Amino acid sequence: MTAPAAVASMVRVRPRASADDRILMLATVLIVGALLLGVAAPLYALLAKGFQAADGTFVGLANFRTYFSTPALFDSIGNSVAVTLITTGIALPLAFLFAYGLTRTCMPAKSLFKGIALIPILMPSLLPGISLVYLFGTQGLAKGLLMGESIYGPIGIVLGELFYVFPHALTILLIALATSDARLYEAAESLGASKTRIFLTVTLPGVRYGLISAFFVVFTLVITDFGVPKVIGGKYNVLATDVYKQVIGRLDFEMGAVVSMILLGPAVLAFFADRLAERRQSAALTARAVPYEPKPKRGRDAAFFAFCVLVGLAILTVLGVAAYASWIKLWPYNLSFTNYHYQFDLRDGGGWASYRNSLVMSGSTAALGTAIVFVGAYLVEKSRGFRPGRIALQFLAMMPMAVPGLVLGLAYVFFFNAPNNPLNGLYHTMAILVINTVVHFYTVAHLTAVTALKQLDSEFESVSASLKVPVYKTFWRVSVPVCAPAALDISMYLFVNAMTTVSAVVFLYAPHTALASVAVLNMDDAGEIASAAAMGMMIVYTSAAVRGLHALLTRGVLARAQAWRHR
Amino acid sequence: MTAAEGSAAAQVGRTPYLSIRGLSKLFGEFAALTDISLDVYEGDFVCFLGPSGCGKTTLLRAIAGLDIQTAGSVVQAGRDISRLPPSERDFGIVFQSYALFPNLTVTKNVAYGLDSRRGSRAETARRVSELLELVGLVEHADKYPAQLSGGQQQRVALARALATSPGLLLLDEPLSALDAKVRVHLRHEIRTLQDKLGVTTIMVTHDQEEALTMADQIVVMNQGVVEQVGTPEDIYGHPATPFIADFVGSMNSLKGVATQGGYVRVGAVEFAAGGTLRPGMAATVCIRPEDVTVRGVAASETNAFPVRIGAIEFLGSFWRVTLRSEGNGGFELLADFSTNLVRDLDLREGARIVVAVPPERILVFAGGGPRP
Ligand SMILES: Nc1ncnc2c1ncn2[C@@H]1O[C@H](COP(=O)(O)OP(=O)(O)O)[C@@H](O)[C@H]1O
Ligand SMILES: [Mg+2]
Repeated sequence: MTAPAAVASMVRVRPRASADDRILMLATVLIVGALLLGVAAPLYALLAKGFQAADGTFVGLANFRTYFSTPALFDSIGNSVAVTLITTGIALPLAFLFAYGLTRTCMPAKSLFKGIALIPILMPSLLPGISLVYLFGTQGLAKGLLMGESIYGPIGIVLGELFYVFPHALTILLIALATSDARLYEAAESLGASKTRIFLTVTLPGVRYGLISAFFVVFTLVITDFGVPKVIGGKYNVLATDVYKQVIGRLDFEMGAVVSMILLGPAVLAFFADRLAERRQSAALTARAVPYEPKPKRGRDAAFFAFCVLVGLAILTVLGVAAYASWIKLWPYNLSFTNYHYQFDLRDGGGWASYRNSLVMSGSTAALGTAIVFVGAYLVEKSRGFRPGRIALQFLAMMPMAVPGLVLGLAYVFFFNAPNNPLNGLYHTMAILVINTVVHFYTVAHLTAVTALKQLDSEFESVSASLKVPVYKTFWRVSVPVCAPAALDISMYLFVNAMTTVSAVVFLYAPHTALASVAVLNMDDAGEIASAAAMGMMIVYTSAAVRGLHALLTRGVLARAQAWRHR
Repeated sequence: MTAAEGSAAAQVGRTPYLSIRGLSKLFGEFAALTDISLDVYEGDFVCFLGPSGCGKTTLLRAIAGLDIQTAGSVVQAGRDISRLPPSERDFGIVFQSYALFPNLTVTKNVAYGLDSRRGSRAETARRVSELLELVGLVEHADKYPAQLSGGQQQRVALARALATSPGLLLLDEPLSALDAKVRVHLRHEIRTLQDKLGVTTIMVTHDQEEALTMADQIVVMNQGVVEQVGTPEDIYGHPATPFIADFVGSMNSLKGVATQGGYVRVGAVEFAAGGTLRPGMAATVCIRPEDVTVRGVAASETNAFPVRIGAIEFLGSFWRVTLRSEGNGGFELLADFSTNLVRDLDLREGARIVVAVPPERILVFAGGGPRP
C-alpha cells in the first residue's frame, strides 16, 4: 500500500523534543565536533599541504610532478607493493593452516598455541626487526641460512612483517572457520564427496569472506607499517619510511604530505573492500549454524601439530632473542647476565621517563578512549532522533580505520602546528598524544562497543522514557554495567595499542613527552640495539601484564559482580 | 457509520479517556496506518486485534509517543498529547520482549520508575512489596530476571509498568512469548488485575481467542485501517466485514449468487438470509460451525438441506464434523455438534442427515469471498 494522496496532503505532526532528546543531541554534536577536529580537519590539512609550496602558496600538482620525476622517491611505490604482496602471500596460507589446525583438528595444546600466536600483538613492530638483526645481522647466529643475502632489505622486511601481521590474520581466519556450519560437512560427507572436494566446495567458500578480509587487513598493515622497515629495511626504501625521512630527515613537509596521500590510497581502497566483504560475511552468518566438531584423526592431527610447533617456535624465538639479548652483556660474544641495557637513563632516547610517559599516555588513552567510544557507540546505536548527527558520527567513527598511523600523525602536525589554529597550544603536549592515539584506534573500539550494545534489548530506552527516568540514568545503571566486559575489552585494546604504537606518535612527541616505543626507535637509530631491545621488552612485559589483569578481571571480579548473567 | 461513531453509540453518556482522530503513519512511502479514529473509555480493557503486520504495534507506539504519527491527533484525559515525547505522557508499557533490566533484581526493576520521583525510601519499598504481592512474586524479590520463568518475567514487567500508577496501561503482545498453558492462565490473571486496579488498558494481540476472552472492546484492524470496534459479542456475532467474519472465530465462507427475494444460492441450496443484494450479484454466505442445527430439523423447513457426513473429529467438549452438501455444486461445511447430540443421533461417517441454519444466524456479504 502506498501513501494515499489524502495522507500526503495532511498536516504533519511535528514531534516535540524531550529533555532526553536534547541531551542526546548535544552529546552527538559534541562527539561529532571532537571527531571533526580529531580526524577530518587534520586530514584536510594534510591534503591541502600536498598542493602547497613550503610558504603555503597553492602550487597545484607541482609537488606530485616532483615526486614522480624523482626515481629515488617513486621507486618506493614498487618496493612497498612488492614486499606487501610477498608478505601477504606468505602470511595468509600460514595463518590459514594455523587456524585450521586450531579449529578443525584434534591436535593437543590448542589454547597454548593460540596464546603463543597472539604474542606479537604485545610488541611494537620494531621488536621483531631487532630480533632479526640479532639472528641474521652481521653478527647473527643464523646468518648462514641467508646464503650470503643481507637481512637488511626486502628479506628482513618480509620476515619482520610476517610476525607483525600473523596474529591479525589468524584472528580473522579463526572467526571465519569457527562460525562455519557443521551441517554442510555432514551433508557433503553423506553425499560421498572426497576430502579435496569437501575442502574446495565447503571449507573454502565458507571462509571466503574471512580470507578476503584477512587479505585486506594484512595488506594495509604491511604497506603502512613503519617499524619493521625502519629497523631492518636498510637502503630498501618503502613508502612508510619515505614519509618519515622526508619529514624528520629533510623537513620537507610538502613531500611528506604527497607520500602520505599515496599511502592513503591503498589503505582507503582496502578499507572499503574489507567493509564490503564483512557485510557479505555477516549476511551469510544470519542462519543459525551448528558448530563443527572435529573427530580425531592421527595423521592429520600430527601433521598440524608439527606445523603449529614450528610456527610457535619461530614466534617464541623472535621474542626470546629480544628478551635474551636485553639481559646479556654483548651478543654473541659475552653472554653473562647484566641489567646494564635496562639503565635507560644512561642513554639518549628518553630514558625511564619515556616508559613512564608511555604508561600515562596508555592509561589516559584507555580511560578517555573507552568513555568517548562507548558514549559515541551508544548514540549511534540507541538514540532515535537527529538522524543526520548519527550518520555523521558513524561515518567519522569509521574513518580512522582507513587512515594509516603515519598519515594521521603527519596530519596532526599540519593541523595543530598551524600558527593560526587556536588549538596549537596542544602541540607538543601529552594531551595531543592521547587524542591522536584515541583517534588512531577509534574504529575497532567503536565496532566492539556497537556489537555489545546491539545485544541489549532495543526497548530499554522506551521503558525508561515511559517511567520518566532520564536517559543518562538508564545508560549508567543498565547499559554500562551490562556492557562492562566489552568496555574492559576496549580499554585493554586501547592500552596495548597505545603502548606499542610508533607510527603516529613519532611525529608528535616532544623531548619531555617521549614514549617508550619512540625510545626503542631512537636507541636503535643510535646503535644502542640491546637497549632498544630492552625497552621493547619493557613494552612486552607491560602489555602482557595488562592482558593478564584483563583476563583476571573478566574471569574473576567481573564474573562475581555479574552474577545476574547466570541462571 | 465510522468506527469511532460506532463505538460512541455503544458508550452513550461517557466521555472518552483516549481519543484518536485522523491518525496516519507513514514509513517513507508506505502507509502503516491510514486515518484511524478511535475512542477508548476510562477503565476499559481494549484489544487491538488483527493479523501480523496490520499496524497494531505502530498504533500502540503512536499512543505512547515512541514513534509519533505522521498526521492526526491523540487526546488523553482531555490533554492533547499528539506532539509530546513519551516521557511527558502518562502510560506504562509492557513489551513483547518484556525488556527487563538484566542486571537489576526483581525489586529494583519494579522500583525503577519510583526511584527518580522524590519519595522516601520506605515509601518506595512499601509500593514495591505491594506490587509484588499483587502479581504474586514476593518470594522472588531478590532474583534476577534470568532466574525467572517466562510467565514470572512477564509479571515483573507488568508490575514495573504499574508501579507509577499510570492512567493508561499499554501491552504489546504480552503473552505471545509464553507457552499455551501459561498463556491461558495469565490471560485470566491480567484481566483480574486490571479489573481490580481499574486502569484503562490497551492490549495488542493477533490471537482472536485472547481478544474475545479478555476485552471489553475489540478494535479489529486490517492493513492499517480499523475495520470494526465493538464488544466481543458484537465482533463475533455481527462482524462488519467479510475479513472480520473470517478472522474472528471459525467461519464457513461459502461463495454463491444472490437470487430473488433475499435468497443466496450456493450449489443446489438456496439460503434465506434476509439480505438486500440485487439478484445475480456474487455473494458470500458466512455460517458459524456452532449455528448448524440437526435436532428436529424437517426437510421442508427454511434453510434445511440434506448432507452426508465426512470426517468427524473429537475436540473434547464437542465434535467438529465436516458435512458435504448433495447435488451439483456441492460444498463443504464445518459444523460443531455437542457430544450428546452425536451420541443421541448416532452420527457416523458416511451417514446422511438433514441440517438447517436459522436465517438470522447467517451473514451475507456482497462479493466473492472474505479476503478482498
Ligand atoms: N520502523 C519501520 N520502518 C518501516 N516499516 C515499518 C516500521 N515499523 C513497522 N513497519 C511496517 O508497518 C507495518 C505494521 O507494522 P506493525 O505495527 O509492527 O504490525 P503489527 O504489530 O500489527 O504486527 C508492517 O508492514 C511493518 O513492516
Ligand atoms: Mg506487533
